[in-house]
Amino acid sequence: MKALGARSAFYVGFVVGTCTLYVLLRQVGFTRDLGSRESEAHEKSLLEMVKEENKNWKKERLALFNLNHPHHTGEDGTLADTLYKHVRILCWVMTGPNNLEKKARHVKATWSRHCNIVVFISSVDDPDFPTVGLNTKEGRDQLYWKTIRAFHYVMDKYGDEADWFLKADDDTYVIVDNLRWILASHSPEDPVYFGRRFKPYAKQGYMSGGAGYVLSKEALRRFVEGFRTKVCTHTSSVEDLALGQCMEKVGVVAGDSRDTLQRETFHPFEPESHLTGTFSKTFWYWNYCYYPIVQGPQCCSDLAVSFHYVNPSLMYLLEYYTYHLRAFGYKYRYQPSEPNVIQDFNAPAPGKVEIGDIEEKLGVEEQEGEKKSPRT
Amino acid sequence: MMYEGSSFMKGMILGGIFCLVVSFFETFNSGTHSEGHEHLHHHLKPVSKDELEKLSESQMSDWTLQVRVYCLIMVTPKLLVHWATANDTWSKHCDKSVFYTSESSKVLEAVDLQEQDEWARLRKAIRHAYENAGDLRWFFVARPTTFAIIENLKYLVLDKDPSQPFYIGHTEKSGELDYVEYDSGIVLSYETMRRLIEIFKDVDRCPERGNALWKTPEETQLATCLKYSGVFAENGEDAQGKGLFNKKSVSSLISDSMGQNPADVVEACCSDMAITFGGMSQSQIQVLMYGVYRLRPYGHDFHDSLTFLPPKDSDND
Repeated sequence: MKALGARSAFYVGFVVGTCTLYVLLRQVGFTRDLGSRESEAHEKSLLEMVKEENKNWKKERLALFNLNHPHHTGEDGTLADTLYKHVRILCWVMTGPNNLEKKARHVKATWSRHCNIVVFISSVDDPDFPTVGLNTKEGRDQLYWKTIRAFHYVMDKYGDEADWFLKADDDTYVIVDNLRWILASHSPEDPVYFGRRFKPYAKQGYMSGGAGYVLSKEALRRFVEGFRTKVCTHTSSVEDLALGQCMEKVGVVAGDSRDTLQRETFHPFEPESHLTGTFSKTFWYWNYCYYPIVQGPQCCSDLAVSFHYVNPSLMYLLEYYTYHLRAFGYKYRYQPSEPNVIQDFNAPAPGKVEIGDIEEKLGVEEQEGEKKSPRT
Repeated sequence: MMYEGSSFMKGMILGGIFCLVVSFFETFNSGTHSEGHEHLHHHLKPVSKDELEKLSESQMSDWTLQVRVYCLIMVTPKLLVHWATANDTWSKHCDKSVFYTSESSKVLEAVDLQEQDEWARLRKAIRHAYENAGDLRWFFVARPTTFAIIENLKYLVLDKDPSQPFYIGHTEKSGELDYVEYDSGIVLSYETMRRLIEIFKDVDRCPERGNALWKTPEETQLATCLKYSGVFAENGEDAQGKGLFNKKSVSSLISDSMGQNPADVVEACCSDMAITFGGMSQSQIQVLMYGVYRLRPYGHDFHDSLTFLPPKDSDND
């Protein structure tokens, strides 16, 4: 009797011991793995982000100087590199303190990496991001003040280090390589600016703010000079129209940014709307576009420059479509012409681009182009 | 009482030690086991750029001819919108694309198989495609909810001999059986098609009507029949090991990557040479067409060794 009791006690004890230790091991192993894995992953991604950024940018004077013009494995980027060297673009992005993590961060991680210099314009200085604050508040009514001060700021601090000055919003996606293709055929000493041309309220039209617009160095000089001489003032808070009216006053030409098939390159909406949407006939857009609107696939150039109302995930999607995803061996239907100045850019020393000649030629072309444009 | 107590304690201690020993043994064993498991998984990658550059012009033109694709798109009237989208977009890039339907539609053209059972329909379509292949040697089977970049499919099979049995896509496991997921597209070589036609005759191993009570998905039925023909599933991936066949949409994959790899969203997400995506709306597909076949940054060239021309009478690519 006693022996039997002892034996069964032994067996019960064995089972209890096994189960207890099993549970204990599971608990310890499980929580230890999970805990360390999670915090490890988080730390790793933060560290990676900082490392990536330090490789790509030099932070100086609250601006980002591009150190690492992105290249893709297996690609031949010599033409893009040539343009990068000779068509220097400073991109300034309109943002605010509340949008740094939500929006501006993704601009920094994607398209702005193709600009020569990037400045994030906010209402406060932030040396880490970095952003520049120019004594303005936040809000729609501050947009033109921010714009005026931003252009003055970049002229003052970086005027000699860039040829063209682009303004974009933190929900604009820009394909800077395609912008260089357009600008390469023009001189930065020409008083001209490009964007998505709208027609109302200004004789030569003005450029849509959301779709982004780019000023030549001469255009920027005249803009700043205009404010000094009070020819231009803060007329309204409608930033794009007010700027367009100032441009007209100081003799800066509203350029035609369409490609050689007359397809638009700057877009005020996201790709889906332009490619598939049918805008209602009463939508303001119909009355605003300077050039005839095309809906469907021919709305947009293959060498599109910008899209607007782009949220962060769409930014990464567009980055994937533009710079990564491709069809092997596919011969594109649209074969764009190489800008004439490429030979001059590649010419051996003293292969200086004869600015005078080109300016003259382009100046004439610009005027001719203007006359040909349909005016309603 | 004490006698029992001490026995109990002894039992407990022994039980604990037993458990420890078993769990250590298990982790050691499962570690090596999972490695062995990996090797059984077949991986198929495209030819390297270096090898392509070594080829002569005549070999290049041979391969361009050999790599032409016959697309079998399995539709039903219920999927009319997806059917129309596939018809208007990616199917134009196949050398021959045939829509196989369960019942005819007045709106769109297709081979009417008059068959409601999906597996039976797939078998009929395969038979029809094999008989009408002409000199095409590669076959791509997909539902219209899938979007395919046929040029990248050609790139994957470029240096593979279609008179060898190939069965490629995104591989999954059903028990011990490796099969290619239907939703991300199935690639079959001519030899595989030939063996399928043969094994279809075997009523025991490859029945046309499955068990009425237990409906097995067509993708596993196909894998089973192929297994009996000595053909095994291979996972299509790029040089970096990224999967080329996806059943998720591009935006879904990007979202996932934003959560998992915020420092490098696009690099970590999807392959440059991706072949398929799934679950995308009509509008999203038009944007994808623009993104793949038109939108690009000026000044970046790839100098691919082969050239594929755009399809005639099309304006969205």
